Amino acid sequence: MRCGGTPVDETPCIVVARDHNALVISALNDAATRLGLEIGVPLANARATCPDIAVVDADDAADARMLSDIADWCDRFTPLVALDPPHGLLLDISGCAHLFGGEASMLAAICDALKRQGFIVSAAIAGTAACARALTRARPGCIVAEGHEATAVAALPVFTLGADDAVTRGLRRAGLKTVGDVAARGRHEIAARFGATFVALLEQALGERDAPISPRKPVPDYIAEKRFAEPVATDTVIAATLSRLAQTLIDSMTRDGKGARRLEASFFRTDGAVRTIAVETGLPVTRVEIVERLFRERLDALADPLDPGFGFDLIRLAASRTDDVVEAQRDLDSHVHDSDEVAALIDRIAARIGGSRIVVHLPQDTHIPERAMLAMPAQHHLATAAMAEWPARAEGEPPLRPLRLFARPEPVEVLADFPHGPPAAFRWRRVFHRLALIEGPERIAMEWWRLGDRDDLTRDYFRAEDSDGARFWLYREGIHRREVVTFRWFLHGLFA
Amino acid sequence: MERARIAAFSSSEAGTGSPQENAQENASDRAGCTLARLRREIGRLEGEGLALGGEGGPPRVPLGHPGVDATLQGGLLRGALHEVFAGGAQAATATGFVATLAARLAARRPLMWIRQDFSERENGRLSMSGWGELGLDPCALVTVRAPDVEAALQITADALACDALGAVVTEIWGETRHVDLVASRKLTLAAQGSGVAGLMLRVAAAPSPSTAETRWTVRAARSPPRPSGQGWGAQIWGVPVFDAHLVRNRHGQTGQWIMEWNCDECLFRDASFISAAAHPQPVAAASDDRPHQAANLALRRYAG
Repeated sequence: MRCGGTPVDETPCIVVARDHNALVISALNDAATRLGLEIGVPLANARATCPDIAVVDADDAADARMLSDIADWCDRFTPLVALDPPHGLLLDISGCAHLFGGEASMLAAICDALKRQGFIVSAAIAGTAACARALTRARPGCIVAEGHEATAVAALPVFTLGADDAVTRGLRRAGLKTVGDVAARGRHEIAARFGATFVALLEQALGERDAPISPRKPVPDYIAEKRFAEPVATDTVIAATLSRLAQTLIDSMTRDGKGARRLEASFFRTDGAVRTIAVETGLPVTRVEIVERLFRERLDALADPLDPGFGFDLIRLAASRTDDVVEAQRDLDSHVHDSDEVAALIDRIAARIGGSRIVVHLPQDTHIPERAMLAMPAQHHLATAAMAEWPARAEGEPPLRPLRLFARPEPVEVLADFPHGPPAAFRWRRVFHRLALIEGPERIAMEWWRLGDRDDLTRDYFRAEDSDGARFWLYREGIHRREVVTFRWFLHGLFA
Repeated sequence: MERARIAAFSSSEAGTGSPQENAQENASDRAGCTLARLRREIGRLEGEGLALGGEGGPPRVPLGHPGVDATLQGGLLRGALHEVFAGGAQAATATGFVATLAARLAARRPLMWIRQDFSERENGRLSMSGWGELGLDPCALVTVRAPDVEAALQITADALACDALGAVVTEIWGETRHVDLVASRKLTLAAQGSGVAGLMLRVAAAPSPSTAETRWTVRAARSPPRPSGQGWGAQIWGVPVFDAHLVRNRHGQTGQWIMEWNCDECLFRDASFISAAAHPQPVAAASDDRPHQAANLALRRYAG
């Protein structure tokens, strides 16, 4: 399928883009075409032809966004939608056409719906992607039966193949005007002149070999969807639909012994906008109530609430990641039950505020204080963290590491008795602390084998207590006379 | 080990013991450490509390400090809300106090710590090395970063309703109108329903009316003085000492104590007793704001 983007208008209008330091026309409407303009004509020529022509700058990013939005909309026809930049989309409709009353009515439905939204569409259906793309450029609306690709594309001009400009120009100069002409030549001749890539493209267009399209999204493992003849907009209907879909989805997953780890609900609005909302879980979900509750939490907590506009005409629930369900005996072992409950709580919190905000900690094998722990999402690492081996503390020792650590050590002004001596007092956040107790230094050298650490300075840490009993972890950066001349001091943490 | 030996020696000196007694005490101290470690190991294997039962255990958890336990009629109540207030400069001390209380209350069950984004920038994040050094278990901790106070309270209410957790700590920085009687009533009801202990850490905030079972204000106390004849310097770098003031207790008296956290046994101790034993000569009674009248000297000890 292929769609180009300007609405029909009676005033001539052109879109210009910069090409080799010149502004040339990259798109234009019917009125501008009637003036004799075409794509590739410089802006100066267009202005000479029609001085009051409306000129718009090309915006590639906006074009790509629009194409991606259309692709989202196309998800209602098949889960396999690939982008074919700059203006095309490829839909793999294998096994989907019968849902829309056959290929012909599906093609008509897609084209009508897009035309209603103000797009100019040319679409075709064929056995291979390259063949369908060639047909959209010359014979829109064509449906090619299986095995008839070669005859369908034989009469088309060579530019429809979508090869490089150089190849297309070369073919034209060689007198090969149609795809049929090229196909009639020996493949080795073509390969020798235009390369193996072009031969592959040609063979795909002729239906002799096939290349898979690369879909934008992975195909979900399980899908359940509900179409509405009349768009729905009320929360109660949406919630009821979600729970019915969840029931269907979970029934089909239960048959295979699976549970959902990631669920996506897609809401297709009648005006073409699509909103997808995903929830993740730590353990495979096998109960409808849990799905309902997670989506309720998620929908309540959305910063940008679900806007039904004129209503949704399709709601889809897909399990994009699933896991095998291990049935554990619940009644005898209370620990299993407990860890399940904690996991469910974590899922609910993650659905509301995001999975990265709820973390467990894993130990790291390093001496650098700020790297000693790794915060990982609790949804995925709860079991790992529970088994983690933390370094054992020395019996009988007081705490040697602070309880609170600053992600970025804070610079402090220090008064010391002599230049490379321990601090006697320091000022942090404009408060002056006179120290009553100092223990140290404890030297921590940076890890020279890490690439980013080579230039980092050695740190000498001091444990310090001020006259009020507040306890600090200070360090000075560098070794006197070997790495630095004057020290800089930092506060890295606070002891309990 | 160095420090443990010093402590044992000085306490026997106070009791004018013979060298044999010293050796015995030294050994018993070491045996105490081993015993505590083994007890913790068994606790971990059984998934239960240290000295206290899991679900079927008593609803009150003793803290180990005799004065506090007597005032609290056996210990801190589970299934209730407890508040700890501290000034902005005492954030780390209050964090330590709440962490140790939560660990006592949680009894090896998972502990959830909920805080705001701002709190992390202002006072630093929780360091698991420091957490472990206090004798607490980093494996049992789940941390939640809430975008704002409202979300933090909502998550707290949810977490308190989950009876698989041991304790829930909510850290809220500064004065806020969201933590009012209604909010604390909601949290108290959730805690009562599930039996999970709720702890509210309020840094840089003044105490306000709430339905909390107990309310504490806490600040750092000075480290205990160095025993005479043990190296030089007036103080030694010791375990955390808290100057805790119980300002509200729904079911009993209030009071103020100097509490020392014993990292090995995971219990509180009376710090004034230890300092008296370490110091044979009479010391002035601990005052409210300056518990230890030690010389204000910046003296140092090189280690490592």
